[in-house]
Amino acid sequence: MYRDYLEPAWGLPQVLLLALLAVPLLGAAVVALLPAARDRQARLVATGFATVTFLLALAPAFGFRDQIFGWFDYGDGSTVPLFPWVEVDLEWVPALGLDLHLGVDGISYPLIVLTGLLTALCCAYTVKKVPDGGAGRALAALLLVLEFGVLGTFLALDLLLFFLFFEVVLLPMYAVIAGWGGPARRAAARKFVLYTLAGSVLLLLGILTVVTRSGTGDLVALTGAPLIGRDVQCAAFALLAVAFAIKAPLWPLHTWLPDAHTEAPTVGSVLLAGVMLKMGTYGLIRVGVGVAPLGAAWAAPVLGVLAVVAIIAGALICLRQTDLKRLIAYSSVGHMGFVLLGIATLSVTGLQAALLGNIAHGLITGLLFFLAGTIKDRTGTGSLNQLSGLRETAPRLAGLFGFAAIASLGLPGLAGFWGEAFAVIAAVQRGGPLWLTLAVVAAVGGALTAAYFLRLLRRLTHGLPTPEIRAMPSGITGVEWLAWAPLVLLTLAVGVVPALITGATLQPLTTLLGVDW
Amino acid sequence: MKSQAVDHLALLPLYAAAGTAVLALLVDLFLARRAAVVAVTLFGTAATAAGALIAGAGDGTFCTTGGCSWTPTWPAAVTAALFAALTAGVLGLSIPTLRLGAAPAGEFCFLLACSMTGGVTVAYAGDLLTLVVGLETLTLPLYILVGLRRYAPTDRPSIRPAEASLTFYLISVVSTAIALLGMALIYAATGAVHLNLLAPAPAPFTALGGVGASLLVIGLAFKVAAVPLHAWAPTTYDGAPIPIAAYLSTASKLGGVLALAAVVAHLDTGAVLSALAVLTMTVGNLAALRQTRMVRLLAWSSIAQAGYILAALALGAPGVPAALAYAVFFVILEFVAFSVVAALRPAKRVAREAVALAASVPADTDGGILDDYRGLAHQHRWVGAAMILALSGLAGLPPGLAGLFAKVTVVGTLVARGWTWLAVIVVVNAVIALAYYVRVAALLYTRPSTPGIPIINPALLHEITHPRFPVPRPVTVTLLIASAFAILLGFAPQLLFNAFS
Repeated sequence: MYRDYLEPAWGLPQVLLLALLAVPLLGAAVVALLPAARDRQARLVATGFATVTFLLALAPAFGFRDQIFGWFDYGDGSTVPLFPWVEVDLEWVPALGLDLHLGVDGISYPLIVLTGLLTALCCAYTVKKVPDGGAGRALAALLLVLEFGVLGTFLALDLLLFFLFFEVVLLPMYAVIAGWGGPARRAAARKFVLYTLAGSVLLLLGILTVVTRSGTGDLVALTGAPLIGRDVQCAAFALLAVAFAIKAPLWPLHTWLPDAHTEAPTVGSVLLAGVMLKMGTYGLIRVGVGVAPLGAAWAAPVLGVLAVVAIIAGALICLRQTDLKRLIAYSSVGHMGFVLLGIATLSVTGLQAALLGNIAHGLITGLLFFLAGTIKDRTGTGSLNQLSGLRETAPRLAGLFGFAAIASLGLPGLAGFWGEAFAVIAAVQRGGPLWLTLAVVAAVGGALTAAYFLRLLRRLTHGLPTPEIRAMPSGITGVEWLAWAPLVLLTLAVGVVPALITGATLQPLTTLLGVDW
Repeated sequence: MKSQAVDHLALLPLYAAAGTAVLALLVDLFLARRAAVVAVTLFGTAATAAGALIAGAGDGTFCTTGGCSWTPTWPAAVTAALFAALTAGVLGLSIPTLRLGAAPAGEFCFLLACSMTGGVTVAYAGDLLTLVVGLETLTLPLYILVGLRRYAPTDRPSIRPAEASLTFYLISVVSTAIALLGMALIYAATGAVHLNLLAPAPAPFTALGGVGASLLVIGLAFKVAAVPLHAWAPTTYDGAPIPIAAYLSTASKLGGVLALAAVVAHLDTGAVLSALAVLTMTVGNLAALRQTRMVRLLAWSSIAQAGYILAALALGAPGVPAALAYAVFFVILEFVAFSVVAALRPAKRVAREAVALAASVPADTDGGILDDYRGLAHQHRWVGAAMILALSGLAGLPPGLAGLFAKVTVVGTLVARGWTWLAVIVVVNAVIALAYYVRVAALLYTRPSTPGIPIINPALLHEITHPRFPVPRPVTVTLLIASAFAILLGFAPQLLFNAFS
């Protein structure tokens, strides 16, 4: 294979790539070791480390790419292999076939930047506001460990390494929910950790099935190359799909999500919705579809139907929901349904829609959880029955909330629109009665999304202010602006120029799908 | 008749281990100083480990046609060194108790060194008889160590240690008898005692050989506390002093695993072992969920962990490297967990609780109930961190990378050999197990519950009612070294895989 003739390059790009993982981990260690008397400084230090990580995450797009030689004509009709922009490949545990193989390409790059951004914003948010429960610096350190795990998952180009990073986030997230969460945090955290571990052991089984049958865990070698037979692909994809469906989450495996979100502290909810759910959808694209395309084709109708059920179920539940954070959590189920519908179509359009939907959901739902958390913190309640008339007392907050809700319901021109619209278009393009039906139902689900968000806005922002709303401080502090403004601006930017996300995805996606040019 | 040539270099670790035992006894006799006995024993364990690693792999000794009784291989050398290290660790954890005079130092060190000698023999054994002699030498001193406890005149003696000791003794004797019967049947059917000559018996003795192999495996399964032959373990662990419980759960279990590995590599016992594996991990984990006492919880979890090892062993020879690797990872993590228990339950704290409980309540055993550990990680940050490392490793999750690699090894081997159904049961059990591991880990970090009456300064009240007991220095050192090993193996598991491949 062509790649075998490449000298393993060692230069600035590789160092920066390793630094991208090393900095948050180092930061977590430093922050955790600072004494209790320096709690605030520790949180500032954490923000500094998170900011450096964010800058490192941006780096691959600015000239720190490896030289790409352009396309090669293989002449044997096989597809072009994956070309990560930057790549590091070190041997770690040869006995298990585990390599420290990391890389960035068009599929993972937007998610890496999103992770860097959201973690930095969350760390900055903790400087001002530490939820009750434990020390602020411990929370900040855990956020950095979470970032390390999520970034590693998006960077991993080795199946076992992917699994390892996938597991890294499990216990820190448990600790964040159980340590800093709401009144029912213990049960919610336990449900979260057991549910997601159940998913990740299936992932382990699926990955080991692939690795033992193909003899390699290298995603670059596995992607688009038929190393394993159809039957094994189907079995592996079934395992992987269930594993990622729990993480994403896909109906009917979503039941851990509302509890976890409702009980988690604001920063925990933001990271959980903003980036950790994406580990599921990203995994489904990169590992599920990439490694077992035939299995994916076999399971696509089931996945599509479940995705559409998720859209409808999420919307219907949201229409009846009276808890603010729970409502946003269930809206995630619907949004992830659109993402999964896009993936299920197994077309370039659909996968691009899924990637767009991923990023848009991360930005918008991150913002929504920030706002909902602030409202809940200030009024002491998350019940919509006790919250109304927000625009009377806190017009700025109400305006921001309105913006986020409208972005989330998919107004054209804002980030949420593209992913959902193109998921439906991809399903229509796929053709056939099944996919047409799915497209129609998904579109109806989109309308229901609008319905429940408008209902939410009517109840929350309009009407007469309740005593809780009257009593709440209305201003928005500097730190809050700092944490929210980037999300608002990016929601607009992605809405206007979706190519920001999809620009570099065409080549890796065609490789992934194994389609001819 | 030619006498056998003996390669004394290959026997170096055995000489060192047995020498340690004798030396401990002599030093106790002539110097009668506790510190000297402990120092000599620690030195002896270091010498044993060094001897094993220096002698390394080589030709066997005590050979007859076809087989050798003493087979120095790298897996044997590494496990022998591990036995020595565990012995040193257990001694380190015991120093505070020995200082209090709760056990006679000379006898304690002698018995521990004898047990180590047995472990070294098991590691190198090349025939069934050496194996069983090694196992018995490993176990015999433990009957006494479990119950060895001197009471001060003011103490209220408890029968728990004696109960534990007797349970362990009776079950062990029965299991040895079963194992010996199995060996006898195998010998009758095949005429072989050397491990490398073991093979399924030829007709017409096939059935006899099969029964022998099954009996042998069942006898050895007692040693690793496999369900349904496990009932002794929780009682014995709970009644024993914490360091000895640590030894039972690590070194003694490792001995059983080595013996099983030696046997199953040559005999077809997949059916028996896979049934034992499924039962062991499932029952172990489900029972652990319901435990309220720390040592019992660790005992049940250690039963469940043995199930994962048995699952790999069910594959026969191909599963042996995975099983041994898992056993080593597990033993180190389990030792860290027990060291944390020893660190958080110094004798002073236990004594104070006994006073607080008054004479009406039977004196609790050393490990205490789970609630005694509430919030202790806030007092001892590093000990708490070590417990997170150990528990996450036992659950197979980062940051306990060693445990993660252990799980991946076993599940990977099972999947690669087409035993996917067993792999599924293993991973389902891993999920069940996490439920109690996170419960314990979270408990260490839980803030104390506030009293029902209004208190001006709850923090002060908590400090008074929960005084901070310093961790004894030898325990700290032991815990540090054990954690360092666990972390090192987490990042460089290849070291271990190289030794076992």
